[in-house]
Amino acid sequence: MPFSRALLRRHTVLPGFDLAFGFALLYVCLLVLVPLSAAFLKTATLSWDAFVAATMSPRVVASYRLTFGASLAAALVNAVFGLLVAWVLVRYRFPGRRLVDALVDLPFALPTAVAGIALTAIYAQNGAIGQWLPFKVAFTPVGVFVALVFIGLPFVVRTVQPVLEDVNREFEEAAATLGATRWQTVTQVVLPIVMPALLTGFALAFARALGEYGSVIFIAGNMPMVSEITPLIIITKLEQYDYAGATAVAVVMLTVSFVLLLVINALQAWARKRQGGV
Amino acid sequence: MNITRFPWRATLAAATLAVAAAGAWAKDVTLLNVSYDPTRELYQDFNKAFAAHWKAKTGDNVTIKQSHGGSGKQARSVIDGLDADVVTLALAYDIDEIAEKAKLLAPDWQKRLKHNSAPYTSTIVFLVRKGNPKGIKDWDDLIKPGISVITPNPKTSGGARWNYLAAWGYAQKKYGSEAKAKEFVGKILANVPVLDSGARGATTTFVERGVGDVLLAWENEALLALKELGPDKFDIVAPSLSILAEPPVAVVDKVVDRKGTRAVAQAYLEYLYSPEGQDIAGQNYYRPIDPKAAAKYEKQFPKVTLFTIDQVFGGWAKAQQTHFADGGTFDQIYVRK
Repeated sequence: MPFSRALLRRHTVLPGFDLAFGFALLYVCLLVLVPLSAAFLKTATLSWDAFVAATMSPRVVASYRLTFGASLAAALVNAVFGLLVAWVLVRYRFPGRRLVDALVDLPFALPTAVAGIALTAIYAQNGAIGQWLPFKVAFTPVGVFVALVFIGLPFVVRTVQPVLEDVNREFEEAAATLGATRWQTVTQVVLPIVMPALLTGFALAFARALGEYGSVIFIAGNMPMVSEITPLIIITKLEQYDYAGATAVAVVMLTVSFVLLLVINALQAWARKRQGGV
Repeated sequence: MNITRFPWRATLAAATLAVAAAGAWAKDVTLLNVSYDPTRELYQDFNKAFAAHWKAKTGDNVTIKQSHGGSGKQARSVIDGLDADVVTLALAYDIDEIAEKAKLLAPDWQKRLKHNSAPYTSTIVFLVRKGNPKGIKDWDDLIKPGISVITPNPKTSGGARWNYLAAWGYAQKKYGSEAKAKEFVGKILANVPVLDSGARGATTTFVERGVGDVLLAWENEALLALKELGPDKFDIVAPSLSILAEPPVAVVDKVVDRKGTRAVAQAYLEYLYSPEGQDIAGQNYYRPIDPKAAAKYEKQFPKVTLFTIDQVFGGWAKAQQTHFADGGTFDQIYVRK
């Protein structure tokens, strides 16, 4: 295969590419491809009708709507406010900045069940915040959204922060000397540079929210048709020893998420190109 | 200088012999008991008692490891290869699945020990807030508008399945038909604001979050909650009719044969039926099945008329299929809305 060899050889400035490439491929296969294809194989034991029945019943469809809807909403909110947090952390110096910086990572480290129980305690009707709110948060779809915002925040902040740090201030100064307002500078100079990173952060937060179970399960209330997330449906099926049905729903989720992530990736590539390739 | 030489050599030989001999009959055995959540305290006590009993009887040291979690999840772990010598789960159905899916024990496992292999029983009662402000006396009060009922999801919790079937059995007996029972249970579920995934979660929702007027709970959990949290916060209300919950126990054949632990595992479960085992069950708020122990602990349990799952539902497999499988009555009650 001279062509593919040439393809693989093209950029070998550093030695050891063959070995590293083989290792990377094996590693990804063992850790990602093999377990995932097991899900697909298990699903293949179902007939088409059984597959549709398992994945398209009203209850399951309602759970897709909640899971994808709340994840998307949470990722959008995180994109906006995560950017703001990153901006503040990069551009301003204030007492306790390092503490805030460290706090951002907490949702990464906290066991999700702990986060879920804590959030439920705070947002329940007798909780510290819940009792002051005019509407119910815990045990409603709003609770799901809150939990997903919580776990998604660090993904946006941590991908945007280093890029913001690298933004050359001279560009902004140049824009200012050319008569741009502050708003114009931000939207036309800073944002385009940050955009690819912001999209990555958004995609990561979104993907994480889709698969989230622990933190959501306590605050969701888990009412069928209302506040049941898809991962709970999967667990429910497993609990009934319906392995094939569970993997069928998992496969649907995987496929949809994968397509969505591909779209976001394409967007990111487009944003990068538009900005002049980095 | 005539020192009598201490017979080192002989002593050493004797000691070696003694150790070897002791080693030959004082074996160290480890058992794994895979159980469900609310039995943690029960088996902590029981394991100590059994280890002492076994040591006295055979001279062997037996260590029993405990594993707790949701009953269905525990059964799945055993199916997937967790080396359980014995399983002590919340429902016969979960052990049936181990027999069927993984063929680790014979399908007739439930006939092997007395009393359907259930050495202790329990039931479903109501836990209400102190003074019973909503005046909840029986199942009929749970369908009233404005009453908020806390129960976990029957699809993910064994305890919740007992709750659901208890309500169903009551309605069927009182109103005389399946259709009426379905309507009745549907009305109760319409009053449920939160479906936790497990029994402990539901207790937390009710106790810590202050959600709901009544919690449907295992009797032993309710009594434990009362003991732990103080009787000044909650009351137990016993319905007029409830279900006899029989958490079963079984030796896992394939595992004990491979590990050579059958004798100990068998004795371990049989000891649950002994006077001492029954006493420990009673102390942990499970109803002992031995009449003598039952009489001793009679006072701590509310008086409830009980029906069995076999009488009303024709056994677990059937109940599971009719009510909790996808498309079963539970789904119908919910999804039709």
